[in-house]
Parts: sequence; structure tokens; C-alpha cells
Amino acid sequence: MHADAQRLTLGRVALYALLVLFALYYLTPLYVVLTTSLKPMDEVRAGNLIALPQTWTIEAWHRAWNGACIGVDCNGLRPYFWNSVRMVVPSVLISTFIGALNGYVLAHWRFRGSEILFTALLVGCFIPFQVVLLPMARLLGIFGLANTTAGLIFVHVVYGLAFTTLFFRNFYISVPEELIKAARVDGAGFFLIFRKVVLPLSGPIFVVCIIWQFTQIWNDFLFGVAFNGGQQAPITVALNNLVNTSTGVKEYNVDMAAAVIAALPTLFVYIVAGRYFVRGLTAGAVKG
Amino acid sequence: MASLTLTNIRKVFPNGTEVLKGIDIGIGDGQFLILVGGSGCGKSTVLNIIAGLETLTSGEVKIGDRVVNALPPKDRDIAMVFQSYALYPSMSVRENIAFGLSIRKVAKDEQEKIIGRVADMLQIGHLLDRKPRQLSGGQRQRVAMARALARQPSLFLFDEPLSNLDAKLRVEVRSEIKLMHHRLGATIVYVTHDQIEAMTLGDRIAVMKDGVVQQFGSPQEIYDGPANLFVAGFIGSPSMNFLKGKLVSSNGSGVSFEAVHQDRTVPLPLKSAPKSARDWVGREVILGLRPERISNEDAHSYDIVVDCHIDLIEPTGPDTHVFTKLNGAKVCGRVHPRAPCFEGKSMPLAFDLSQAVLFDPKTEARIA
Repeated sequence: MHADAQRLTLGRVALYALLVLFALYYLTPLYVVLTTSLKPMDEVRAGNLIALPQTWTIEAWHRAWNGACIGVDCNGLRPYFWNSVRMVVPSVLISTFIGALNGYVLAHWRFRGSEILFTALLVGCFIPFQVVLLPMARLLGIFGLANTTAGLIFVHVVYGLAFTTLFFRNFYISVPEELIKAARVDGAGFFLIFRKVVLPLSGPIFVVCIIWQFTQIWNDFLFGVAFNGGQQAPITVALNNLVNTSTGVKEYNVDMAAAVIAALPTLFVYIVAGRYFVRGLTAGAVKG
Repeated sequence: MASLTLTNIRKVFPNGTEVLKGIDIGIGDGQFLILVGGSGCGKSTVLNIIAGLETLTSGEVKIGDRVVNALPPKDRDIAMVFQSYALYPSMSVRENIAFGLSIRKVAKDEQEKIIGRVADMLQIGHLLDRKPRQLSGGQRQRVAMARALARQPSLFLFDEPLSNLDAKLRVEVRSEIKLMHHRLGATIVYVTHDQIEAMTLGDRIAVMKDGVVQQFGSPQEIYDGPANLFVAGFIGSPSMNFLKGKLVSSNGSGVSFEAVHQDRTVPLPLKSAPKSARDWVGREVILGLRPERISNEDAHSYDIVVDCHIDLIEPTGPDTHVFTKLNGAKVCGRVHPRAPCFEGKSMPLAFDLSQAVLFDPKTEARIA
């Protein structure tokens, strides 16, 4: 097996060729986006999509960040980027933390009906966004949270709970019950056991949960456009508006730069925490 | 230290399964109680109920003079050692031992003293700064015991603490637990499925099956006078031989058991059978006879010698197990390793029936 892996057979060459080809499929658009964003408009208009820029410039990035027009305001993506940050960070933290607590209860403090509750939460994972739009809009109106960042945070926390609870519950199921019992005999209560015994074991699943929630919430467009269309809009909505705002010439390089800016945070999270991701996903499967 | 009294403990799960059907057990201060039985017999449930980790449906748990039914585990003054050791993975050995102490607000310098004492007692002083994952199975076991000892509880609970150790270590730790019991004079409840652990460790053994205590007594009482067929078969290795056959009267007032070996009928005289056995003359009974009561002629006193065809021999070293057939059932005897026995040949086997027991084949209860 090992020796085979080292030898370069015809099959292996074909395999590598195929993998390189697929990698190209994915990398080409990224290449085009990046190079276009670094070209001045004349070069973009010249139509050499694949060519490297002849004059390298970060002018488009500047404009996308500071000066591009979104609707009638020409302040670029910057305010919306911070909108997104202000929305995503609390949403992710709150939904992850409540999910952890939920998972802990569902795995180790069963009560009458807890299985039914868990099943109901599971079903929550399969409810499409569109279904809840109208009732949620009504609810936000009643709460006075319409068109606010707090409102959007609320929506994302509620929607994310199904997933975060599922993640944590399935992870905590693999934490031996005797550990909880031992802590109870030692005199620890519900929260102390959670804090001192369970949380220190939860690193991998926290990473999984945070990556998942961060990606989901940062990339969300539908809730953002439906509930926070105006000045409070998240960056995904702003990006859409930027690309669709046409005042004269279409600035493809600015659009491309804006797209990369909108995608950077999720990319960053993956690069920083990605290697824990797979580890965390499989950690529950093997008893540690 | 304290006594422990369980009175009519019942446990019914919400789905209607009755796992404990009225458990009555009492042990005195400093006694070592073993709960033994197969899986699903309810022994661990009893332990969890004593610990307060599970609720009971009805009955009373008393530790010392206190009824503890309504108390949470931490207020019952108990410590528990688990099968998986249940050491907190993120804490060092020292922190594991200190965890319960700091919850009970024991002063820091007092904690250090206690940790030093239990670490000495269990020889884990050099492991105090390690994490549980850096320890071997035996070391984890010791740490779990140290954690329990640190509390100085009035009652120790052990839930199959040796099951995850390999055979050699199990024997070592077993005798350490017994020494610890002698040294501390602690009251201990110990759950196991292993009848050898039960026999070697216990002052009192409760043999359980299907949520009922089948017999409660000292190890020797249970070994010599099992209350029913289940207890007789469960305690002792190799298992007690059971022969189904008829009881007949002999020599006027005596009784014998009709054993059949290869079409020959041999009456086994039950000289020490009590009078009540006479009521069963002419009826089917089950005779129980431990393997060591069937041996070679010069091994011990005997009541009768029967020439038996040997189907199989298993040398174990100190003695050899020989298998023959009586009344259609496989019967095991223990003979001296130098005794002349060969598979497929016959040899004279000496039966000592002074310790033989009789069971009712219908109720499986002991009759004599």
C-alpha cells in the first residue's frame, strides 16, 4: 500500500491531472476576480479577461471600500462592513453559547419530553428561510426591532439555535455520563459542572459551531435584505446594491474588489480555524 | 463511617418497567457490602439510588441515622469510584482531587495536606501534575480512589471499579481495596458482576437478579447454602453441578439421590440431608454439588465412589477439571493433577455429598 503510493503509475498521473483540472475550475474565477480588481478600467474595457494587469493599481479597492455609490450614498462598503461585523459577532456568540447550554441539557439533564424537544429542534434545521419571512417581519414589528441590527441579531440567533443545539448535543452525548455523575457526587451543581467539566472539553465543537454560524450569518442575504434594507443593511445586501447601482459606466474592477472584501472575513475564519473544523466534526464520533 | 439501611426500595421507570422490586439490605458500620449479579439485574441502579444520582419510586435509604431520600448526592456524605474512573479530563490529578474539596470550601492549605495524605496512601505523589490522559489504566484507578478518599466520607460507593483493568492488575488492585478497607474501617458498597471479586472482598454479599435480592449473607453462607438455583449457579467457578433426578429412601430413615451413569443407576446417599428432605422422597428434585466435592479417591473423605467415563479433561495447574455425564447433564469434578485420568477412559470418582444441596425443580428454591 505504502510502496504503491510512492510509485508514479499511469493511473496516478491521470488522477493528479484530474485533480489539477478541478482545482483550476475553482481557482480560475478567483484569479479573474482578483486580477480584474487590480486593473484600471481601461484594461478591463480592453477585454483581456485572463491577462494579468499591465498597470497594477489598488484604486478599485479604495473605491469599493470608501467611495463607490450604493444607492444614492457614495461612501463605499465600509459602513456596511461594520454593520455586518456588529451583527455577526453577537449573533454567533449568543447562538453558540445558548446552543452549548441546550446541548448540555439535552445530552445530560434529560427531562420528560426532552427527546420530543430535540426532534422539534432538528426539524428547525430544515425550515427554509423564506417560510419564516412574513411571520418574522410581523414579530420584529411588534417588538419594535424592525430595521435594526438588534432585530437581525435576534433572527439569526433564533434561526441558528437549531443547528448549534444539534452540534453541541451530538458532541456532548460522547462525554461520558459518569463524568457528570462524579461531579455531582463531588458537590458541583448544574452550572459549575458545565463551566468546569464540560466547557473545557468543548474546544473542537466550539470551533465547528463558530465557523458554521459565522459563515451562515455573514453570507446571509435574504434576512438582511428583507429586514434591514436601509442604512443598517449587512454587507451582502450592500454588495448587491453596489453592483446594481449604475451611474454611467459599470466599474467591473470595483465590483470585483467589493466582492472580495465581502468574502474576506469568512475566508479569514477558515484559514485561522479551518484545521480544527474537520477535527471537530469527527471528534464526537470517537470516544476520547 | 456509618451503617447503611435500605428498606423496601422500589424503582419503576416512566415506561412501566420495574427495575427494583423491593430491596431490603442492611449493613453495619465498617462493613463491606457487595452487590453482585448479571447485567440488567438492577445492582447499579441500587448504587445510584444510594448515591442520590437516581430517584427511587418508593422505599427508604438510610445512611447512619439519617434518611437521605430527599438529599442531593453532595449532602449524603458519600464518595464514589466509577468503572470508567470519570476523572475530569481537563484537570490535573491534583485538581481532580481538589475539585470536590474546594466546592466544600476546604481551606487551601488544608486541601494540600489532604492531597498529600491520599497521594501517599495510594502512591501517586509523582503523578499529581499530570493530566488523566497521561496515566495508565491502573494509575487512573488509583487517582479515582484518591479522589474518593480525600472526601473522608461516611460511605464509599464502588461501581465495577476493576472491570476496565487487565487480569493481573485487577487482582493487585483487588487486594489493595481490601487492605484499604481494613485500614480505614470504611463502610463500602461495591457493585460487581464478578463472583470472585464478590467472594474475596465482601463481608456481606447481596446476589441480585431481575430487581430482586436472591440472597443476602456472608460469602461462605452463600457459597455453602445457596438459597436457590440461580445463586448456586452464579457463585463459584467452575459452576455448581446440577443433576435432575429422583429422591428415594434408603436404609430406613435415610434418603439418596438416584444418579444415572451410562444406564447404571447409582444411589448417592445423602447422609447429612435434613428431615425435610424426606417429604420429597419419590419426587423429582435437582441435586446441586460443587465440583470440588467430586474428586479422586484419596483426595478427601467421601460417601461413595463411582466409576465414571471421562469425556474431557482440563488441566488448570493446581488441579484438573474432569467432565463426565450424570443424569444426562455434564458434570465437572476437580481431581489432583497427578491423578490418573484420561479422556475417553473411565476413572473412579469419589463423591462427597455432605455439602450437597437440593432444589425444587419447579420453583428453583432450595429444599434441603
